[in-house]
Amino acid sequence: MYDFLKNLDRRWIFLLMFLSVSIPIIIIGITGQSFPEKPTALSITTFEIIENLKEGDKVLLSFDFDPASEGELGPMATAFTYHCAAKKLKMYFMALWPVGPQMVDNAIENVIKKDFPHLVYGEDYVNLGFKSGGEGVIKVIVTDFMELYSTDARGTPFKSIPMNKEISSVQDMDLVINISAGSAGTKEWVQYAVTPYPDEITLIAGCTGVQAPLLYPYIPEQLPGLLGAIKGAAEYEKLVFDRYYRDEGLEVPGRYQEGVRRMGPQLVAHLLMILLIIAGNYIFFAEKKRGIP
Amino acid sequence: MDRQKLIWTVVCVVGALGLIINAVTRDAGSVYVKNVDHEFALVEDEKWVDVSSDDALDYDLEGKERINWSSEEQANYRDYQEANKAKPSQSKYSFSLSRTFGVWIAAMFTLFIMSFLFKDNPFYKFAESVVVGVSAAYWMVVGFWDVIIPNLFGKLSPSFINSWAMPGLEGEADLLYLVPLVLGIMLLWRLAPSGTWISRWPLAFIIGTTAGIRLIGFIHADFLSQIRNSIIPLAVFENGSFMFWDSFLNLILIIGVLTAIVYFFFSIEHKGLVGKTARVGIWFLMITFGAAFGYTVMGRIALLAIRLEFLFDDWLWIIDPAMNRIAGT
Repeated sequence: MYDFLKNLDRRWIFLLMFLSVSIPIIIIGITGQSFPEKPTALSITTFEIIENLKEGDKVLLSFDFDPASEGELGPMATAFTYHCAAKKLKMYFMALWPVGPQMVDNAIENVIKKDFPHLVYGEDYVNLGFKSGGEGVIKVIVTDFMELYSTDARGTPFKSIPMNKEISSVQDMDLVINISAGSAGTKEWVQYAVTPYPDEITLIAGCTGVQAPLLYPYIPEQLPGLLGAIKGAAEYEKLVFDRYYRDEGLEVPGRYQEGVRRMGPQLVAHLLMILLIIAGNYIFFAEKKRGIP
Repeated sequence: MDRQKLIWTVVCVVGALGLIINAVTRDAGSVYVKNVDHEFALVEDEKWVDVSSDDALDYDLEGKERINWSSEEQANYRDYQEANKAKPSQSKYSFSLSRTFGVWIAAMFTLFIMSFLFKDNPFYKFAESVVVGVSAAYWMVVGFWDVIIPNLFGKLSPSFINSWAMPGLEGEADLLYLVPLVLGIMLLWRLAPSGTWISRWPLAFIIGTTAGIRLIGFIHADFLSQIRNSIIPLAVFENGSFMFWDSFLNLILIIGVLTAIVYFFFSIEHKGLVGKTARVGIWFLMITFGAAFGYTVMGRIALLAIRLEFLFDDWLWIIDPAMNRIAGT
């Protein structure tokens, strides 16, 4: 056993990982069945913060991620957009990452145009586009949008957009939602927006798994709501679509269950990881016992 | 040809044949679009109204100047099939060669990159080079059109930028933006054969301001706020009753913070009580690293899952979770 594990080609492990992820994807994709999801306190808090907003409240959605992390953050972006649209909130989209505007377009195409076609661009939602500068952008727009955003992403003058007449800075927003894959992202929003203006700005976020442990210290004072990785996305999806579909007796469309679906491969792949860690430890202790340095 | 090469050649040929059969018999990997016509009428001075919108009902559009064009929106294969069944000569939905080509390129590049797991190879190198080149070019173009044009030249000469690049741009010229223009030129001076030292001045400015901004951010948000957030009651009462679980969590948090700080306190040798406390701190740090590793694993598996979903769904049409090809919600 020791010799077999010690000399195992790493490519067999890659193949096992491929199978442990692909087989659940195919089974879930064909059967439409997924594992049950039980929301945790943090996801429920995140959901309730949006749920408690009133119709017409202003929400800034900063999509600070790119296709590399779309697998984790795409489901969150979809669910956040759906929740805001269903609550009839005014949505201001922006991005601190160059490919962020494409992520915003995806959310608008897949959620707003399909399920909320009555929403009008410029009155119910607006895409402010990308600005480079990371934390510099946050530091500026936290006091004045016009300093950086002279137009929206389509080139329309900022102040000629009806819904922009109500805002001059991030402090005018009732909520900031940040979907973050790294820097600039949630940490910078906490540092340069929430911390200097704790009474004016409320921030909730969805982040990648790599970032989540770094953001937990900000909970709950600086960051009252956080969705960590695909698990957070799946829990939030469950809350949102239970409320707006299942409670109404409707079937949830497949495009709104990406997070829940991806928890299946997670389970099998994590079991494989645990087995590999046990195997690694077995080799370690076996070598120790045999006196191999 | 050695045995390994022969096996891989056979695998590749069989795979390619399978892909061709799948694409020909099931249309797998193809993308369809919906052709959308737009028509706007000029109703007032510089005001255009969509003739199909409710706003158009407020105006008499007879004899007004009109402009029309058509665009493509991604459509479901199911919609395309249904439209074809209803009217075989329909032109609303059509096959998109360019988008289909995009799906196949994306699938091929995914496989090229994943092939590195087997061993380094020319396909991986090719895909890697393309990604690096495209990313660099994309950053440059986005930076030029989203920052330099609107936020630098658009501030210095709004009317000029308005006339050829951004018709919506308004405002007065702000000559203060000559400062970043000059600093930008000085920064690019490092590309010149002589006088590279000139770029050190704007670089010093960038480093100085960035350090200043970050220092304040970290002191305020991470240092002072975290101290304040750690000052929490050890005994939590709610409506007069003692909350055991909340109190226990707060106690764990305080012990974790204090012991981890002691571990990083190197002015006293880690012996005796200090040593034991530092050891507890190590345990807390290890648990933190373990949680971070667990989250990282979750993230990486999610990334693999979406690529495989793309291959099985958009490319091979093995699964259809969003019901894009079969009847459903």
